[in-house]
Amino acid sequence: MLDLSKFQAKGVETCFHDRHVNAQIYAGLNGSNWGIKDYEARGGYQALRKILAADGGMTPDQVVAEVKASGLRGRGGAGFPTGLKWSFMPRALPVQKYLVCNSDEGEPGTCKDRDILAYNPHIVIEGMIIAAYAMGISVGYNYIHGEIFEVYERFEAALEEARAAGYLGNNILGSNHSFQLHAHHGFGAYICGEETALLESLEGKKGQPRFKPPFPASFGLYGKPTTINNTETFAAVPWIIRNGGPAYLECGKPNNGGTKIFSMVGDVQRPGNYEIPMGTSFAQLLEMAGGVNGGKKLKAVIPGGSSSPVLPASIIMDCTMDYDSIAKAGSMLGSGAVIVMDETRCMVKSLLRLSYFYSHESCGQCTPCREGTGWLWRLVNRIEHGEGRADDLALLDNVAENIMGRTICALGDAAAMPVRGMLKHFRDEFAYHVEHKTCMVPAYV
Amino acid sequence: MTSTSATPAQAAPLSAATLARFAREVAKYPADQKQSAVMACLSIVQQEQGYVSTDSEAQIAAYLGMPAMAVHEVTTFYNMYNQHPVGQFKLNVCTNLPCQLRNGQGALEHLCKKLGIEAGGTTADGVFTVQPCECLGACADAPVMLVNDRQMLSFMSNERLDELVDTLKNHAK
Repeated sequence: MLDLSKFQAKGVETCFHDRHVNAQIYAGLNGSNWGIKDYEARGGYQALRKILAADGGMTPDQVVAEVKASGLRGRGGAGFPTGLKWSFMPRALPVQKYLVCNSDEGEPGTCKDRDILAYNPHIVIEGMIIAAYAMGISVGYNYIHGEIFEVYERFEAALEEARAAGYLGNNILGSNHSFQLHAHHGFGAYICGEETALLESLEGKKGQPRFKPPFPASFGLYGKPTTINNTETFAAVPWIIRNGGPAYLECGKPNNGGTKIFSMVGDVQRPGNYEIPMGTSFAQLLEMAGGVNGGKKLKAVIPGGSSSPVLPASIIMDCTMDYDSIAKAGSMLGSGAVIVMDETRCMVKSLLRLSYFYSHESCGQCTPCREGTGWLWRLVNRIEHGEGRADDLALLDNVAENIMGRTICALGDAAAMPVRGMLKHFRDEFAYHVEHKTCMVPAYV
Repeated sequence: MTSTSATPAQAAPLSAATLARFAREVAKYPADQKQSAVMACLSIVQQEQGYVSTDSEAQIAAYLGMPAMAVHEVTTFYNMYNQHPVGQFKLNVCTNLPCQLRNGQGALEHLCKKLGIEAGGTTADGVFTVQPCECLGACADAPVMLVNDRQMLSFMSNERLDELVDTLKNHAK
């Protein structure tokens, strides 16, 4: 393959900087130390050795209890308590069970899992082996976003290392625990980040979400009990086992344990990933990222990936970065992608791009989403281009309202929430567009 | 009406090397779930042939023991499969909002202008195809782009885009 390395990111800007706080997942990384020896030198696979120790170790129940005590919540977007999810797995059921890692990181704004998999892949592998032990699972897959193919290849190389070292395969470290883990790549479908669409895709089909219930814990991959967690969730597990659930909880705040990686993107001076304790103030996070680009004023922030409702500067500046604070402010912590917008940004144009995205990525299965997302996009498009009509804002409200909660999966809600957020906080700007056929913001790149 | 579940493939048979790559993917899944390897097999064919033809779909279908239409459903559902031949270098530029805020749209337009094509088009010499695309998952490196599905390029200012085009032109077939 053609050498294009001079055009490729080296991770310095996004991951290997000194602005993480109490880093657990990104600690000590430099780009060249992703391999198994370096991971072991950082304390890697010690958590696995601890639970599998011949003289005692930990029982699966103890592992689940530790994860419950940690307050770890799903890092993919929904924030569901991980220990609770693990306890849903019918561990004793004598059927094949599967563990799946969701690395289909395509929520606009998010690029944290990419850096974990590229620069610290073994932390995910170790987390998955521990999870498999806790739930009595012998086979797992890591579904990796097709667009980061080089990262997929890196992960495959790490898997080979782990197999050669005896961490993967039969009778791991001489124990009764056996676990086979494989990597699977996507090929461009946002919807496959939804867990049941991901399962369909893993089965070699179109990625169209399934009805729930049944939930994956009873009917998952190939119809078998399956647990799916996000990359960053698995990556948090080794630290929790080594240091204990309570210690993890203490680095965050109650009900929001641990550190979280935030992708700071858009109008900031230093875009990148920042691993910080849950509950850190947004103001502090913004400062770490160098503040708003070009010294401009902050206008708005989409705090948890493109699906989360926008928050104006006045609200987000009073928030702390954790599930509860952002939810109280009327949005979602989501995947931890923080899209920052400065005072020159037009909210109509910004929403137009997002609405196009959801319309493009709707899988087409449910009518409210398939038709509704296209409708939203066309409405925002005509408002942006000076063809908005007097009742268009009410129509936007109405279409968004009629998508919410009326589809199989959350993509419909994900398309409607940005519209509702924008109209809630920046309605004047939309009304100005309709009335004056032009933008009230002075400039937009 | 033409059928997409083509009659026996007219394309050259898949090479031993290609079949070995297929086998490595199939081995990841349970013996009765070979279909799980379809996405990987399609991407291998695309890497080797530049696109996925209906003949290739039929070959993969036969190899995995699934209907050709089921393979075609996969090809058409996922954004990155090329259903038609593209240029030697397919350049996908992300224009989603986080990239747009950092000149992603500008990067796309710069590339198109420099190469004299519309977004989605291919240069007359067949060297370049330029397409806008959705989130590549590298938002902090914006503007970002993907070369032939497998190489992610970051911080693509206009100067770096110019340099890239020159580099790729030197390797044009």
